[in-house]
Amino acid sequence: MDFGFTEEQNRFRQEVRGFLEEEIRKGYWQPACDAWIQGFDPAFTRRVSEKGWIGMIWPKEYGGQGRSHTDRLILTEEMLRYGAPAACHWFADRQVGGAILSFGSDELKSEFLPRIARGEAYFGLGMSEPGAGSDLASLQTRAVEDGDYYVLNGQKTWTSCAYFAHYFDVYARTDPDAPKHRGISEFIVDATSPGLSRIPMTDITGTEAWSDLFFDNVRVHKKYLIGEKNRGFYQVLHQLDYERSGLERIMGNYPLFEAVVQFCRESGLSRDPLVRGKLAQLQVEFEVGRLLGYRVTSVMEEGRTPNWESAMSKAYSTEFEKRLANVALEILGPYGQLMPESRLVPLRGMAPHSYLGSKGYSLQAGTTEILRNVLATRGLGLPGA
Amino acid sequence: MKLSLTEEQEMLKKAARDFLADKCPKSFVREMEASDTGHSPELWQDMAELGWIGLAFPEEYGGGGMRFLDLAVLLEEMGRACLPGPFFSTVVLGGLTILDVGSEEQKQEYLPAAIRGERILTAALYEAGLRSFNASPPTVEATFDGGDYLIRGTKLFVPDAHISDHLLCVASTKPEHGIAVFAVDAGSPGVSCSPLSTIGGDKLFEVEFDAVRVPGTNLLAQTDGGRRVVQKMVQRAAVARCCEMVGNMQRVLEMTVDYAKERKQFDRPIGSFQVIQHYCAEMATDVDGARFCAYRAAWMLSQGLPCTSEAAIAKVWTGEASRRVIDRAHQIHGAIAVTTEHDLHFHTRRAKAAELMFGDADLHRETIAIEMGL
Repeated sequence: MDFGFTEEQNRFRQEVRGFLEEEIRKGYWQPACDAWIQGFDPAFTRRVSEKGWIGMIWPKEYGGQGRSHTDRLILTEEMLRYGAPAACHWFADRQVGGAILSFGSDELKSEFLPRIARGEAYFGLGMSEPGAGSDLASLQTRAVEDGDYYVLNGQKTWTSCAYFAHYFDVYARTDPDAPKHRGISEFIVDATSPGLSRIPMTDITGTEAWSDLFFDNVRVHKKYLIGEKNRGFYQVLHQLDYERSGLERIMGNYPLFEAVVQFCRESGLSRDPLVRGKLAQLQVEFEVGRLLGYRVTSVMEEGRTPNWESAMSKAYSTEFEKRLANVALEILGPYGQLMPESRLVPLRGMAPHSYLGSKGYSLQAGTTEILRNVLATRGLGLPGA
Repeated sequence: MKLSLTEEQEMLKKAARDFLADKCPKSFVREMEASDTGHSPELWQDMAELGWIGLAFPEEYGGGGMRFLDLAVLLEEMGRACLPGPFFSTVVLGGLTILDVGSEEQKQEYLPAAIRGERILTAALYEAGLRSFNASPPTVEATFDGGDYLIRGTKLFVPDAHISDHLLCVASTKPEHGIAVFAVDAGSPGVSCSPLSTIGGDKLFEVEFDAVRVPGTNLLAQTDGGRRVVQKMVQRAAVARCCEMVGNMQRVLEMTVDYAKERKQFDRPIGSFQVIQHYCAEMATDVDGARFCAYRAAWMLSQGLPCTSEAAIAKVWTGEASRRVIDRAHQIHGAIAVTTEHDLHFHTRRAKAAELMFGDADLHRETIAIEMGL
């Protein structure tokens, strides 16, 4: 085992930190929790792309930099540490680009990957439906062939970043007679397609975090089918392994962690043995989560697709984030209830925001229960339920 | 960064697992627990010949020239097998401390013989009430007396003292009021050991030093650096014990998963029930978390990097995670595993003992808090 980074990797980390600190110094944005998924900032995305940091692990011929998974880990870890507003490119960089690269035609790769890398094509996901959550294979959105097109009808839900995405990665049923997981296909759908509408939903924090997507005879050219027809469910499992592969969940609220520790130092609360014990315990749990996340990258560096390893990391990390927010609120006491817009609010209101937001972390990208099923059956070889 | 074992480490791991499966079945562990010595000289010689005792020592002392990180692999397998005997005492507490702070003469004196399996070493760290190793100076005193030191006082929880040839004793020096580590010949007049009966089934002793005369040349650490040396000893011991615990937990997880696959109730293997699956998934997460934080600390020790926080993190997580893993293992195994007929109790008892030694979670959390600038 080797827990170290090379000199070059350390220099890269410093470069990323320097870039992000400069951004903050110039007042472009403030560190925020959940900024990777809620921080809409096209100018930031453009500046990141100018550094060559979007799609950095993709081949150069498609606008990537041919960099390693470890480099991307370093980049994303620092983005999360600084709470940078990376939502415009995050999904495409993390998983949709990889899906196109793994399964898409050369034409699709050439059309989309360079644009994603230039920070010009933002993606959202069209996976869940009102009747298809954990049982994703039961999805009912239909795609019916009509000449050179597929015609899509149905509803998707819980789509993050929907109001600014240019495209959606949509899974729809192409063979209603096949067993449910063998009749699904994956499409790229232009967000401006006639018949496609988006209705936002307000989450428990008061943020318009998600949208419902409605498909009313949306025509999608056949060239926008990703991979093989009816193989979409296998492709989505692959994509989900990558969706869960990063440090988003252990570090998505890092700005709160840093702020609460700082607050305790400055206020003298850190002299209280109970507070010391709680924060030290969070530090232990944080470090364990980071290492479980690092292991996922290590698996990818070995050329394997992380499966139960990402399930373990994500399931663990969402529990950490719930405890982080709760400990922060306990430390703040009655001030913990003050929301960001309130007078007297400490820590910019990150603690209650994070506490409420964390209820969803263990649901999105695979519920903790589904992830534990994956870990038990795929990782430990226990018999299917 | 690569969080899997190297090919060489995989080979070492496999060799160790095969050897211990053969030489250290649970029947042997049971026999050693019941015996007074808890030690098999025959097995000890075998391990010396395999190069295990000397694995992490330089070749000039007869060692294998490998790193602490490689020793971690071996310790994990030993923890898995619940290996009884003085390996940890001799190598981790004794040998590596001497390697760290001994003079060249002292290294030549103790290390080659220990590595050949001819001498057993241990360390006398704990005292009554001495929960933290930093809070107060040892009550055991070493008084300078005409070129020698006279050591007086009582040490506790000294592993394998009854079979050790040399004890590294931590004492307060007089008149300097420093902290020093002495290599004490266990056969010296005035040294007496009385056994303690422990939850872990390992052999721990109360050791009394009744005006034991120790030559000044047996002073290992400089008196002014003594406190730092003790901290390093405890830190290394904590990390090494974490590595053993990783093996212990990994074995418990495997036993439990195997049992859940075989055991049928309601006409199905109980491992097909999601409740059991989720328990096992949580256990696996605890085990892997422990593995990575223990190995990270071991890696940092190997690299000579300061790892105050990382070692403490490993000890906090490993102790608490092993307790959760063992609780779940008992719940899944059912009543059979709370009998002594079943093997699980060896792991249960050792895990608890390991949690309590070299700093428990509360103690290490305080270390982490200090490192966090709190």
